[in-house]
Amino acid sequence: MCLAIPGRIVAFDEEQPLLAKVDVAGIKRNINVGLLVDQPLAVGDWILIHVGFAMSKIEAEQAEDQLRMLKALGEDRLAMDEVRGYAFE
Amino acid sequence: MKYVDEFRDPQLIRNVAGEIARSVDPNHEYRIMEVCGGHTHAIYRHGLQDVLPENLRLVHGPGCPVCVLPTGRVDDGLSIAEHPGVILTAFGDMMRVPGTRGTPLELKARGADIRMVYSPLDALRLAQNEPTKHVCFFAIGFETTAPSTALTLLRAKALGVRNFSIFCNHVTIVPAIRAILESPDMRLDGFIGPGHVSTVSGCRPYEFIARDYGKPVVVAGFEPLDLLEAILMVVRQLNAKEAKVENQYRRIVPWEGNMPALRAMSDVFELRPYFEWRGLGFISQSALKLLPAYAAWDAEVQFEIPGVRVTDPRAAQCGEVLKGVLRPPQCKLFGKECNPEHPVGALMVSSEGACAAYYRYVRYEDDAANAQPVTS
Repeated sequence: MCLAIPGRIVAFDEEQPLLAKVDVAGIKRNINVGLLVDQPLAVGDWILIHVGFAMSKIEAEQAEDQLRMLKALGEDRLAMDEVRGYAFE
Repeated sequence: MKYVDEFRDPQLIRNVAGEIARSVDPNHEYRIMEVCGGHTHAIYRHGLQDVLPENLRLVHGPGCPVCVLPTGRVDDGLSIAEHPGVILTAFGDMMRVPGTRGTPLELKARGADIRMVYSPLDALRLAQNEPTKHVCFFAIGFETTAPSTALTLLRAKALGVRNFSIFCNHVTIVPAIRAILESPDMRLDGFIGPGHVSTVSGCRPYEFIARDYGKPVVVAGFEPLDLLEAILMVVRQLNAKEAKVENQYRRIVPWEGNMPALRAMSDVFELRPYFEWRGLGFISQSALKLLPAYAAWDAEVQFEIPGVRVTDPRAAQCGEVLKGVLRPPQCKLFGKECNPEHPVGALMVSSEGACAAYYRYVRYEDDAANAQPVTS
């Protein structure tokens, strides 16, 4: 439940401005960025994802740190499964 | 280097652990509660208790949403799936949580249409794709997850999706901490505040713990060094006879929280007068329900919910473990009738549950032999 998955924004959906295409270790899915509307977001920015929503904007180093933690906790596969499982577009 | 390696640097970890050992008063037993289930998981996974002084004990708190959901609410949610034409959706964590008539997975095997989703938005998408069915989302989680449900609901309303509802079981962490602080069988010296919940709520809601109860609170990240630093910060406050809220996880947690998330929550939710927590009983104003304006999407309005209170199996001592009165191996069922393959209590279901984490990572046979209740 507390999985927070780092991903990098690779594109925005012009028709749905609250969706951003995010790359998580090679898996690309749309993520809702509606909780970060008061922060400027750009392609290349890193975000922390929880249940399909971006929770926080983070630095690249923090993202790498978070990925390592997921691996250390044995939850990286779970995180990838979660991201792969997002079916909303 | 700044972020990536230093959290795992063995020398840094030894340094901080050594500083903690030098800082503690050998004549005092320290009990520090980590509120968040994610912290509990990380503490066991990294064996952090092993590098701490013997007189400093981490007490595992109620911050796992699956663990604190009472059996009656599981039954209530599953009763929705028994209505014809209903698809009940839930996060994976929920699928193995036992109700009195089985888990969601077992009910699914018996023919109920229950599906796992990774996001509430997936449940909404399913409703759009299945217009002849009604899709209900079994919503659980603390402040980390509640804003996602809120935004999903706002989207359902904006899109006019009417075959969608939410069975709302979102809870808030602060009243649970207050209940623990007021529990007569409890003695805690300080708190490690939750990391990801605090990205939404910020640090301000914890100020009453310091002000009214005189206990330090340090919001922490999930790396070994994050947690050790937070423990050291709590110990230093205790040594200085201070009680304040500090933010060790500043790189993620803003002091004021996430305003859009808090706004989304206040747009769709109101506080319930009371809500039952597993092990903690009824706690006033500790959970969220949908505002009347969203009754059309509120499963508790749209369906007849039994609302029966179910007591936990008598032998399971989830409540005592949740409050930190017992440690997992001190429960009579731990590792015997109750194990990750066949969980009796919810703390054995979720990977963030204290019992499942303990079962997975700790040599519990030794610990059980030496176990003593931690009540004072």
